[in-house]
Amino acid sequence: MGLFEAILLSIVTASTPLLLAASGELITERAGVLNLGVEGMMLIGAVCGFAGAWATGSTAIGALCGIAAGVALSALFAAAAIGLAINQVAAGLAVTILGTGLAGLIGAPFVGENITAAPHLWLPWLTDIPLIGKLLFGQDALVYLSIGLIAAIAYVLARTRTGLILRAVGDDPASAHALGYNVAAIRTRAVLFGGGCAGLAGAYLTLAYTPFYAPGMTAGRGWIALALVVFASWRPGRLVAGAILFGAVSILQLHAQAIGLGVPSQLMSALPYLATVLVLVLISRVRRGGSVAPAALGTAFVPER
Amino acid sequence: MNKAIMAALVLTASCAGLSVASAQDKPESKPDKLKVGFVYVGPVGDFGWSYQHDQARQAIVKEFGDKVETTYLEKVSEGPDGERSIEQLARAGNKLIFVTSFGYMDSVIKVAKKYPDVKFEHATGYKREPNVSTYAGRFYEGRTIQGTIAAKISKKGVLGYIGSFPVPEVISGINATILAAQKINPNIKVKIVWVNSWFNPGKEADAAKALIDQGADVIMQHTDSAAAVQIANERGIHAFGQDSDMIKFGPKAQLTAIINNWTPYYVSRVKAVMDGNWASQDVWEGLKDKMIQMAPYTNMPDDVKKLAADTEAGIAAGTIKPFACPILDQEGKEVECKGGDQLDDGQIRGMNFYVKGIDDKIPGK
Repeated sequence: MGLFEAILLSIVTASTPLLLAASGELITERAGVLNLGVEGMMLIGAVCGFAGAWATGSTAIGALCGIAAGVALSALFAAAAIGLAINQVAAGLAVTILGTGLAGLIGAPFVGENITAAPHLWLPWLTDIPLIGKLLFGQDALVYLSIGLIAAIAYVLARTRTGLILRAVGDDPASAHALGYNVAAIRTRAVLFGGGCAGLAGAYLTLAYTPFYAPGMTAGRGWIALALVVFASWRPGRLVAGAILFGAVSILQLHAQAIGLGVPSQLMSALPYLATVLVLVLISRVRRGGSVAPAALGTAFVPER
Repeated sequence: MNKAIMAALVLTASCAGLSVASAQDKPESKPDKLKVGFVYVGPVGDFGWSYQHDQARQAIVKEFGDKVETTYLEKVSEGPDGERSIEQLARAGNKLIFVTSFGYMDSVIKVAKKYPDVKFEHATGYKREPNVSTYAGRFYEGRTIQGTIAAKISKKGVLGYIGSFPVPEVISGINATILAAQKINPNIKVKIVWVNSWFNPGKEADAAKALIDQGADVIMQHTDSAAAVQIANERGIHAFGQDSDMIKFGPKAQLTAIINNWTPYYVSRVKAVMDGNWASQDVWEGLKDKMIQMAPYTNMPDDVKKLAADTEAGIAAGTIKPFACPILDQEGKEVECKGGDQLDDGQIRGMNFYVKGIDDKIPGK
């Protein structure tokens, strides 16, 4: 395997959990809800995904457990932020802290346990093609799933009635409500979907990335996913590009160090965030100061009676 | 909205409280029971640094049974939280408190002055008081063995080294490794990657992959997770475990591991308090006193196994000196030798240069 091919492969693996978590958050935010609990939902997904796979020996069941755990925790968030109209920022942060604590509690017996890594696809002939073979036909199932997911999200948002309603709820919940849509129900579904994605992203870490469990496995990837949604200015296509960029920088800085280029690793680690700020400034200039965020992002909607 | 924010805050606070809940005062225990407290910087489940300290705590419970009562606080961040936690343990009646991270140093000293009848043990610090001892392990001794094995095992002559932060403890580990490896293969190379974290399994795995992709065929790490060992196992090359025996994660890959074994020291200090002869001291122990131990030598030919065991015995006996003079720095200049025929402890503890043969720069220098 050549170095170039190896680097491309690691970039895909590094981008996948970011893409999964950010995809879910994209839908959540498009519906007007800001869920800062991604890190907590990923952590709980990581531990439950591992527990599921450890108990059954099946990666698929592990992934489902991860999704279920993420959904469960996001349901709590939905109850607080949508049901009780609690401040979304506070509720989201509380979810992250709760998720961290719960994951530690559930995960304690699994520390030091081992599972088999998620199997990689292998198609004779195709996977053997140099350079692109392994890249296209040699990944694990969750990589393909994440690509399918973002493609589906792009399609639904842009081309379907469901997408239109979702965006309406995020941009102008009062109008959507006036048209007879149940804003709270739609937002709740979006939050649950986001929770499932974050849970799966966490499970990806313990099932495929490093198949063991240790507390704090996500190491801030949930926060990167949040930054990624902003970087992508809430568009699915840019989200893919952003995930690859964030993944690429994290992999390339390691290679740069190993080659001995002498680039400060701290600076390299900060690059994606600098890029996020830069992109925001550029977008804002093009838009002459206007924002591209969903208009009602972060504000609770309580219909008047 | 106010009520809502309050609710969120209460939720937040109750979660944050989880980690310190174990420190609540228990009902008054019998006076003949020695209460011993522990402060950990990480989760006991990190399978690395804090895990090993907790193994020693459990050993104390096993050794002294009803005569001791232990309490631990995990994931205590350094700074104000650390000081509060240490004081809480002191106030709860603990007579001996192990504080297990460098960053608690000033907090320990401050609390110790307020509680003169409580004994404190601070890992890896350098400030002491009549009731504060310091202790640390000579981890570089294990690195010397690893460097020896690595040079024998590596076919390409390229070692991969995953570093956490460029602090003296890590730098001295890298130097000890390469000095030992050069004795076997003078042309040995080391590629160093910093991940700027003690614990980030994903990044450690990526670092291991990057090093392997660039030709390293033995991976060593100064980070806390088993990710690198696991990747090495998957890729069919070799690696060393860190802090704990990580053979489970790399049955075909792990050559050996440095194990931080705090048990004998912890047991001896508890006993000293019970016998009334505890005194402040500075302890820096290695293979000789078994504060660091090596996991079984596996996945290597018998002659290498023997060489490794001989090196271990030699270091313990003092016949093999990891930092024996002369030592040349990267420019080929001889380093001042303050310890007679080897670098002295101060030079090792404050090491901030690479030795000759490392083709890299220390970040930030």
